[in-house]
Parts: sequence; C-alpha cells; structure tokens
Amino acid sequence: MRTLMLAGALASALLCGTALTQAAGAADIKNGGSMIVTYKDDVATLDPAIGYDWQNWSMIKALFDGLMDYEPGTTTLRPNLAESYEMSADGMTYTFKLRPGVKFHNGRALTAEDIKYSIERTVNPATQSPGAGFFGSIKGFEEATAGDGSLSGITVVDPRTVRIELSRPDATFLHVMAINFSFAVPKEEVEKSGADFGKQPVGTGAFKLAEWVLGQRVVFERNPDYFEQGLPHLDQITFEIGQEPTVALLRLERGEVDVLGDGIPPARFLEVRGNAKNKDLIAEGGQLHTGYVAMNVLMEPFDDVRVRRAVNMAINKDRIVRIINGRAVPATQPLPPTMPGYAKGYEGYAFDQNKAKALLAEAGFPDGFDTEILANNTDPNPRIVQAIQQDLAAVGIRAAVKTLAQANVIAAGGEPQGAPMIWSGGMAWIADFPDPSNFYGPILGCAGAVPGGWNWSWYCNKDLDAKAAAADAMVDPAKKEERTAAWRDIYLKIMEDAPWAPVFNEQRFTMHSARMGGPDAIFVDPVHIPVNYEQVYATDVQ
Amino acid sequence: MAGYLARRVVQAVLILLGVTFVTFILLYLLPADPARQIAGRSATAATVQSIRQQLGLDLPLWQQYLRYLGNLVQGDMGRSYIQRTEVASLVWSRLPATLLLMAGAIVCELAIGLAAGILAAVRRGRPTDTAIMVASFLGVSAPQFVVGILLLYVFAVQLGWFPIGGYGTFAHLVLPSLTLGILGGGWYSRMARSSMVDVLRQDYIRTARAKGAGGRRIVFVHALRNAVLPLIAMIGLDIGIFMSGAVVVESVFGWPGIGQLTWQAIQQVDIPVIMGVTLTAAVFIVLGNLLADLIAPLADPRIKLR
Repeated sequence: MRTLMLAGALASALLCGTALTQAAGAADIKNGGSMIVTYKDDVATLDPAIGYDWQNWSMIKALFDGLMDYEPGTTTLRPNLAESYEMSADGMTYTFKLRPGVKFHNGRALTAEDIKYSIERTVNPATQSPGAGFFGSIKGFEEATAGDGSLSGITVVDPRTVRIELSRPDATFLHVMAINFSFAVPKEEVEKSGADFGKQPVGTGAFKLAEWVLGQRVVFERNPDYFEQGLPHLDQITFEIGQEPTVALLRLERGEVDVLGDGIPPARFLEVRGNAKNKDLIAEGGQLHTGYVAMNVLMEPFDDVRVRRAVNMAINKDRIVRIINGRAVPATQPLPPTMPGYAKGYEGYAFDQNKAKALLAEAGFPDGFDTEILANNTDPNPRIVQAIQQDLAAVGIRAAVKTLAQANVIAAGGEPQGAPMIWSGGMAWIADFPDPSNFYGPILGCAGAVPGGWNWSWYCNKDLDAKAAAADAMVDPAKKEERTAAWRDIYLKIMEDAPWAPVFNEQRFTMHSARMGGPDAIFVDPVHIPVNYEQVYATDVQ
Repeated sequence: MAGYLARRVVQAVLILLGVTFVTFILLYLLPADPARQIAGRSATAATVQSIRQQLGLDLPLWQQYLRYLGNLVQGDMGRSYIQRTEVASLVWSRLPATLLLMAGAIVCELAIGLAAGILAAVRRGRPTDTAIMVASFLGVSAPQFVVGILLLYVFAVQLGWFPIGGYGTFAHLVLPSLTLGILGGGWYSRMARSSMVDVLRQDYIRTARAKGAGGRRIVFVHALRNAVLPLIAMIGLDIGIFMSGAVVVESVFGWPGIGQLTWQAIQQVDIPVIMGVTLTAAVFIVLGNLLADLIAPLADPRIKLR
C-alpha cells in the first residue's frame, strides 16, 4: 500500500528511489568509516516515546525501528519490522507478521509482545509521551489514556504476529506505525533504566549508542546484528554538541566535521551557496513545512472573512522569501508542494495591496485598524514579522509586533482571546508524517481549537470536520486518489475562509563534507533531518 | 574565626533560600505551561491534565515551593522538562568545564589587567597611560561574540595554532580564556591602576624611596601587595559571574559549560534547569565572596574578620 503522490512528487520520488537503488542496492558501496555531525543544542532524549524535536527525531530512527518505514529519500511507505501486513476489508483490523531474526541491541529477539508493550507504553499517561494522541484510532484508546495504557485493540496472536483493531477506519494508520512513538523498545531495558531510558536507549536499529558525554558528544556505532543486510554503511557517527553554526561551518570547510546539523548559518548562506566548489556539497529538497500567519477568528476584526482575505493579499511573500535568502518558496495554501493533496495550479490570494484596501473598506475599516502580531524571538522570525508588519501597515493595518520565547507564543495561541495574529515561524508546522490529514486536525480542525491547542486561528468548521473524517475513513487502497482529492478540496475551502495567510514553504539545504557520499535524496530525506543516517556512506573507504 | 564562619554560613543559607523563592515565583508567573510543553503539540487535554497532576503543577504555589525545597534538601533538583534528565546530573556534567574556563579566564584577566594597570599607574598622565586606559575601555565595551570570532578566525582558522573550538586539551582552553581575559581585563586594569596610584602616594612608599629602593622594587615589593586588595574582591565577584556561565564565549568556542546549559534552558523555558543553574550560580557567588573575604586578611593583616 503506497502513499499516493502527485505526479511531480511521484516522479521525483521514483527518481530518488531509482537513484537509491542504484546507489544502495549496488554492492559496490564499501562499509566502514565514520561521520561527525555538529549541533548547537544538547540532544534532549533518545527515548522514542518522548523525543519530539527535529534533532532527536532522526537520531531515534537510527537506533530504533517500527513496524513500518519509508523508502529512503521518499514518502513511500514500506514494511520494516513487519515482514508483511494484512488489512481487513472494512479497514478496521490490521495484522502484522514480524520479520524473523530481528534482535535488540542487548541480544534478545524481538517478539510481538514487544510491539504491544511499546505502543502501550507510549499511550500510558505515566510515560508522559507527547505522542500518545497519534494512537487515538486504536480500539480502547480512551480507557488506556485514563488507565495504565493497556489497549484492548492490540492482540498478540503468536510470537511473530500482532493484530491491531481500530475503533474507526483510519487511512493514516500505517503512517502512525512508521512514527517514532510506535518504535519497538525492550521492556526489561526500560524497566532497568527507568526515567533514564532516553539516555540509555536500546532498540533494534542500525546503530547502537556507544557513548554519551552530557553537553559534549553522543556517539553511535554500527549494530553488527542489524536485520537489513549491508546496512548501515558507516561504522560510527559522532554528534558534537554545543557548536555555534558559524563555527561548525568553519570546521566543515577545514574538513573537521561532515554534516552541519543546524544547517548553513543564514548570515553566510548566500556566500556558501554561491561558491562553485560547494556545488556538490549542498543538497536541496522540499520540506513538509508551511509558515503561516494565523488570524484568530474569535477576535474582532478577524471574525470578518473579508479582513482575513485582505491580510492574505497584503503580504508580499516574494519579499519575505528574499529576506531569508531564498531558502523557501512562496506558499499559496496550507499544504506544502510535496504533500499529497497539494492543489497544483491554485494561485491563492495574489499580492494586491489595492484590493486589500478595498476589502478592508468594504468590511468597515477604510482607515485600517490596530492589532497585535506575536512571533517567536529566534532569528529569522523577528525579521520576517517586521516585514509582515510593514506590508500590513501599507494597507492600513497597524500591527504591534510582540516577539517572545517559543513556549510563551504557543501558550498565547492556545487561549481563545490570547493572540489576534501569530506568525508561525520556528514553531509550526512541519508534518509528523507525510499525509494531508496531519495538516488539518491539530492546526485547522475543531479538535485543535481548544484551550492549549495548536489551532491558533480558532477556526472550527463542523462541516469540514465531517469531510475530513470521511476522507480519513477511505481506507481502501483503490480509493487513494479519491481520498487525496477530498483532502485537496478541504484545503481549498479553508483558503476561501482564510483563517491563515500561508507565507512560505521552507526548502531544506543540507551541507556535507566531500567525505560523505550518497544520493542527494538521502541528504534531504523528507522524514530524516539532516540526513538518513543508515544510508549515508564514507567516500574515503571506497 | 569559627564564629565568623558560622555567621556567614547562616547568612548564606538565608540568601540562597531567598534566591530559590524569588526565582520560583518569577518562573511560576511565566505564561508558559510546562505540562503543555511536555505533552507536545498532538496531546489531548486529558494527557496534559495527567502530566500536570504527575508533576504537582496543579497544587497551590506554596505547596509546590515546599515540595521543591523538600526535594532540594535531599539533593534532588528535579528533572529537566525537555531533556528528561536529572537537573543535578546536567549541572554536574558541566561543572568541570565551567571551573576550568573560570580559572583560565581569571588568570588571563589578572595577567592582562595587572600588567596594564601597573604600567598605567607608573606612567600616570603620559601617553602610555592614556593608551592603556583607552584600550581598557575598548576591551570592556567590545562585544564578546566579535572578539571571540575574531580570535578564532585569526589564531585557529588562519594561523592554525589552536583548534577551532571544542574541549579537552590545554590548547582548547587558550582562546576562550584569552577572549574573556581581554574583555574582563579592562575592569581589572582600571581598578589596578587607581589602587596603585593611591598606594604610590602613601607615606611608606616615600620612605622606601628615601631609603633608595629602585622603581621596580617599590612597585613589586612594596606597593603591589596593597594594590591588589580591591582586585581580590573583584575575583570573588568574577567567580559568581563565570559560574552563571560565559554564555556567548561558550557558544562561540563550543565550550560545554554552564552558560550553554543556561541559555538552552532559558530558550526552551525548561524551568527545573533554570532553577538549578540559578541556584548553582548563587551558591558560587556566595562562596566566591566568602573566599575573597577570607583571603583579604592574608594580603593585608590589618583587616580583621568580625
């Protein structure tokens, strides 16, 4: 069952896939060597039930596995710890057959019990997992979150077979089985390490943890028992912590480090990218990201759709993309271009300040109005929000800018009257998994429009909620296209109501040393940031 | 002496209690909700409520504070909301690097500050004096980031004499210490100059001169010991300042000190860690001041501890 993609994205995925097959499938890649990745901030935790930032997300993927995964460099689902799976005709029951011979890093064989335990551990309130909500469609979820996490819907049929029953058809379920929060962990190690399991992770992944010196470095080494033949290519990965991105770049130029975990520092981006000798060292790709201005539809004057449309027309997106050195493409709709359901050819609201003024006048604001816009205080967000402020001023909207720490912006957004406008940069939204529904529920649906939720525009359209539920109930693989079209229509309807002004979709640029080899697709892998650790190889051992 | 120490310890405990209380109140008033932060962006309201209960965040403020103190007395500073690691081990893991950089920085500050200050005092009113004072002024007002990057670029990137950041060997310590030394040395040189000028006017210096002592002997044997007194107090203060971390310099040089941890915690509103580093810094400030007060009589026997 493959995720359907738009023609363009599908073609690129196929190309990547082919490239990867040529690269990784070929036996001419010699394994060995090592890689150094730099990061500014500490690694938070490597517990798959807890880790939820873009830095530890991919590190966890290198240490652990789930039932499902994606083809390297693409958003195409494939079985991983599962050898195969079956879906019942009504889409309510999935039966997964485990691969034989998979072992945890401690030497114990993986069984179906481990799958059940790992998911239940994430759902258990005592684990305090930020990912519990992803398993909402499994039967018994409500009782599990109120109790000890035991899910009546998960049955161990035999040591190699696990059956998962759902309480509603859920077309995103296989993506959920590929998400970190579902990854297999061994109960005995979790119980041994207690709350410190995230510092002493034990999984089935391609790498295992060799060393962790708090605040200095984390070292992974090859798992010799990894079930996938020939992987990983590297013997060792060292993550150096506490390195300012500017300094990390100097070191990369000197050949001391291999990958910039935090990316190319904005101040040097144009110069580095313009340098011909870096041409083969920088991979560019799309990111499942949209940066947007959320307008609170519960607060005047944003309760008037004309005002929201005017804001959409007032913002000069091209200029904002220039402000961030062209590291993005202007956005026309909530979904990013590489996401299934993206409406190709849809222009959105074109930049037109006269039209915006006319709409404002029509809405009863010929002289504009005063409001406030909140933004995250990390670069480049203050600069972006100032540009938005200028654009709004040009049509008469006088928006006072408030830049705050991320947690404070999120807190304000979660209050019904907390913030009239929020610039989402640095906070939202990068997809948890490559499916259009992930851009709806938490940030545009009624479920997210609750105190403390992430739907900062407080847009709640019951009719669309019903359409979204209907789309996600289309589990029949034959209805893939129909489902994608349904999602596309939902987002186009949202654009009519304009609770957001989508501004741009970030592009990813991963810079690596000449020592690192692999197809470009794995350096901008849609589900691995900054790079797919299993697939990258060292050129100096070839 | 024992009575003095006992008094100072009681004072210190009261000060630290005050620090925990004020920090706790300030962080409690922040609009960010830790339970929401831990629960993440996809959490249900029930999950958030359960986390709030588990962490005791639903209790009244005074109960939360008493719980915190109760744990603190047992050496438990709580767990980081973001890293999920014990705060004590996070702070502990960064202490060696912090102390090392502190020692290196203070040595550099003293060397630069004393040398420049004494030279300026001896050449008072001449161009050398003016030049040193201007340089000191520039030193204390230069942005840390700029000085750090400049030294890094010249000595590590261009000349390759030192590693580009990192931690582990003496070579790694030189540039960050020097950066802090150049920046802080200005304060020391101004202080050293003014106190040296004062001392050189004293009667006993005139007596020494009359007895035929040479310039160097006067400065280094007779005057210096009295002139460094105010600097000792400054070192005490510096210990406190460096304990809260040399945030900018640490991040430029990738130095794994407390400053980095503090900065990360502030950005992520990681309240237990902010509490932990604040308290650690406060402990060191109190200790640094005590140390300065205890050392002063060694330099000047006229000072009595009461």
